[in-house]
Amino acid sequence: MNLNRRSLFAAGTAAAAIAPLSRARAQANTIRIGVMNDQSGPYRDIGGPNGVTMAQIAAQEFGNRGFTVEVIGADHQNKPDVGANLARQWFDQGVDMVLDVPTSSVGLAVNQVAREKNKVYINVGAATADLTGPQCSPVTAHWVYDTYMLAKSTGGAMVRAGGKKWFFITADYAFGHALERDTSNFVRAAGGTVAGAVRYPFPATTDFSSFLLQAQASRAEVIGLCNAGQDTINSIKQAAEFGLTRRGVKIAALLMFIADVHALGLEQGQGLVMTESFYWDLNDRTRAFSRRVQPRLNNRQMPNMVTAGNYSATLHFLKAVADMGVPAAKASGVEIMNRMKAMPVEDEAFGQGTLRQDGRMMIPSYLWEVKKPSESTGPWDYLKLLQTTPADEAWRPLSEGGCPLVRS
Amino acid sequence: MASETTAGAIPTSAGEEQGIWGYSRAQFVALIVLAGILVVGPYFLYPVFLMKLLCFALFACAFNLLIGYVGLLSFGHAAYFGMGGYIAGYTAKAWGFTPEVAILAGAAIAAAQGAVFGWIAIRRQGIYFAMITLAMAQMVYFFCVQAPFTGGEDGIQAIPRGHLFGLIDLHDDMAMYWFVAAVFLIGFLLVHRIIHSPYGQVLKAIRENEPRATSLGYRTDDYKLVAFILSAMLAGVAGGVKSLVFGIATLTDVHWSMSGEVVLMTLVGGLGTVFGPVIGAAVIVAMQNYLAEMGAWVTVIQGGIFVICVLAFRRGIIGEIANLLRVKL
Amino acid sequence: MDEIFGIPAPLLFGQLLLGLINGAFYAMLSLGLAVIFGLLNIINFTHGAQFMMGAFVAWMLLAWAGVGYWGALILAPLIVGATGVVIERLMISRLYKLDHLYGLLLTFGIGLIVEGVFRNYFGSSGLPYRIPDALQGAWDLGFMFLPIYRGWVVVFSLVICLATWLVIEKTRLGAYLRAATENAPLVQAFGVNVPRMITLTYGAGVALAALAGVLAAPIYSVNPQMGTNLIIIVFAVVVIGGMGSILGSVLTGFGLGVVEGMTKVFWPEASSTVIFVIMAIVLLTRPAGLFGRA
Repeated sequence: MNLNRRSLFAAGTAAAAIAPLSRARAQANTIRIGVMNDQSGPYRDIGGPNGVTMAQIAAQEFGNRGFTVEVIGADHQNKPDVGANLARQWFDQGVDMVLDVPTSSVGLAVNQVAREKNKVYINVGAATADLTGPQCSPVTAHWVYDTYMLAKSTGGAMVRAGGKKWFFITADYAFGHALERDTSNFVRAAGGTVAGAVRYPFPATTDFSSFLLQAQASRAEVIGLCNAGQDTINSIKQAAEFGLTRRGVKIAALLMFIADVHALGLEQGQGLVMTESFYWDLNDRTRAFSRRVQPRLNNRQMPNMVTAGNYSATLHFLKAVADMGVPAAKASGVEIMNRMKAMPVEDEAFGQGTLRQDGRMMIPSYLWEVKKPSESTGPWDYLKLLQTTPADEAWRPLSEGGCPLVRS
Repeated sequence: MASETTAGAIPTSAGEEQGIWGYSRAQFVALIVLAGILVVGPYFLYPVFLMKLLCFALFACAFNLLIGYVGLLSFGHAAYFGMGGYIAGYTAKAWGFTPEVAILAGAAIAAAQGAVFGWIAIRRQGIYFAMITLAMAQMVYFFCVQAPFTGGEDGIQAIPRGHLFGLIDLHDDMAMYWFVAAVFLIGFLLVHRIIHSPYGQVLKAIRENEPRATSLGYRTDDYKLVAFILSAMLAGVAGGVKSLVFGIATLTDVHWSMSGEVVLMTLVGGLGTVFGPVIGAAVIVAMQNYLAEMGAWVTVIQGGIFVICVLAFRRGIIGEIANLLRVKL
Repeated sequence: MDEIFGIPAPLLFGQLLLGLINGAFYAMLSLGLAVIFGLLNIINFTHGAQFMMGAFVAWMLLAWAGVGYWGALILAPLIVGATGVVIERLMISRLYKLDHLYGLLLTFGIGLIVEGVFRNYFGSSGLPYRIPDALQGAWDLGFMFLPIYRGWVVVFSLVICLATWLVIEKTRLGAYLRAATENAPLVQAFGVNVPRMITLTYGAGVALAALAGVLAAPIYSVNPQMGTNLIIIVFAVVVIGGMGSILGSVLTGFGLGVVEGMTKVFWPEASSTVIFVIMAIVLLTRPAGLFGRA
């Protein structure tokens, strides 16, 4: 832990501490944003302290438009109960919006609390499409990606490229199941077949060789990895080790971030196909944005779709608050969210987008291939664009999500 | 072998003195203080935090009943705590049970589980006992990951607090607090009652010297089993209350690290003391809350507390205080 | 393609082999635990953290001092073993007169500290460690690709296990050790420095864990949690084999690796639990474990 992170959390202490309610009641003219994510576990490098920093940058750039903004951060340890407790405490003590919340199970747990307390909840880090589906809520938005969009982009593209026969290696919990289900649908719809699937105990598995061997025995052409973070990295490494990749089996890492590519290295990562809705080197706008924020991030990480999403979501939320005035914003999370849906989203990171009725942020998704070491010009030059799915095709149609808000 | 060494390790109690309701005077004073804190607490501290604290305090008291008074270290108590939470949460959410019935259902299943696991585990002693309870708890964990009703990694979410006896709305934090405080006090007094009953005296005799208790004609296994079931049941109550307070029941509560945490709480407070587990739970829960922003350092601090307690303060906080004041607490 | 129980035979052979590889780690770790328990009567809950330290020290040696895999194979166990000696002298040695359970609690606490410190300094994403050049590549066995490195792991750990067993059963030093296990005061009376022997034994047990850590570094990514998941399984292995039994822990380690591998074929979700089921059954029928003396 470095000083930067400590000072970052100094502000968080006040909210996280158990203070008498009277003292904790926030000043009337301060909007407080709580960034909750994994600060110490396997997903730390995807968001973590950098996720908090990006929200702070957005708040600073927003400036003072008649009210002050305070950003605090905390660790949910990837545990739904910890996340739910923390959200409850934050809302009870004057936090106006909870942001990020990776890990699907935690993301859904916080969703319940936010709805109960009528406070805005913008999920950036979690994958589950249920947030805008059966569990959608009038205070919730889902910002940069979900299982449906990953499955459609990566799954569909790989079948079209000739990978007809799939085998899934799936983390045995809600997120893994959802990703496997969504991807299977797209594979079958595109004319592919699913040769089999194996579900491994999460998070207690480090050796994937046994499952890779089963995948090989099934004679699948594509191995779909329905997992994330450390597990994905281990699976990819071991697939190379056991000669699967050399025998022409393709690996589809259905959820992978540029931070994972950075950890894996191009030597082992080359040729992988992945989907992200943000890449720093996409165009002039993203390049300028990324170069500007990079110096402030831990380990000089480049922003990825989650950290950039925190920036974008914070900015849009603050615009809506400024538009309706602080007293009205403090009164009702539903009203802020309605205002956010009525306003177009525009920022440097993602360009233009809209917030749909069910809380889904509509932006294009991009399919990437990891470069060969020879193609890369230096650190963070990792991806080349294969295909763009426009915003209106990338996401699950409003009618198929089963969101109760849509029917009413 | 283990039973003899165990006896030496646990702080032995001095001669029993009778006071008010079976409490010594010092214990009675401490009880009054505790009750006072329970009443005043929510006006100074965040009630949800206090409720969490009380749930863990009850859990630690249940655990202490085994380690402190029978000398059995269970390394799998999360199984009963977590299962109580799942059952209470599920029955409250899916079947619409009122909170008190849901908690009783959780306690009943936890007790049944305790009966089976206890029956298997008490045949062994010392480290083997700890290992068997750990093995059983791991199987429960696996069951909870796989069984559809637990919701796997997501847990059971949006558990309603409901209406107590179908009448009193518990959605208000203060109403819920009084309910939790009442459950805690009942559990706490029950543990005390058990310890001071003739049955409890036999338990202590078993702890001190099992072969001797056997030779005196006590069927020690039966005594141990009943203690195990009671402990599991109370742990189930604690878990059930916790899941209602937070509206969520998850794998965290059945994971083996939760079993380690309750050992830590009891050890910090003082093994075999009446108030130790409560204080220990308060210290650990408060630490996790206050130090949350320090991330992984919390683990380091917890480990440090373990080490310091084992090396220097084996009596725990309450045990040391009691020793200083030369009273029993 | 031939099938056994509805599973293609090549797949089954492959899984057997993989089970043996995982078993090699179980065997080396449980060996260290058994050695420590045999003489110190301490359940070393820090073992997982020490395994992780072995991997990290190997990584640090490479990144900071330029010492490669082969150097790390010797240096890392020595360094981590030395920390074990310090821990034994400063802390564990104060607990011998107390119940076993306090040893368990103390080492559990030390494990938490070590893991937390590493997580603070190295994060939790894991650090890469390359397979040494000499062991790169794979053999094509027909039914599967066997990476040379994994083959090396099995062979090397078998050699280490055998060597440890020989030292304890066939040498004078081993005889002292076994004697001290039975009756320490008597051995002391014969002029053997028993406390020093105990210290060194703990150091050796820890070094074995670290050695396993170095072996694991190129296969699994080096991360602070790598020992946590393993340690509970390894405890089960030791208990099943019979606490303190050297031969028992080695055979059980390899055996359970194979059983676990088979479970991954037939019921993968249960693969992390099958060992605990076996442990409960064994303890009920043979309380002292498969190879332990009652």
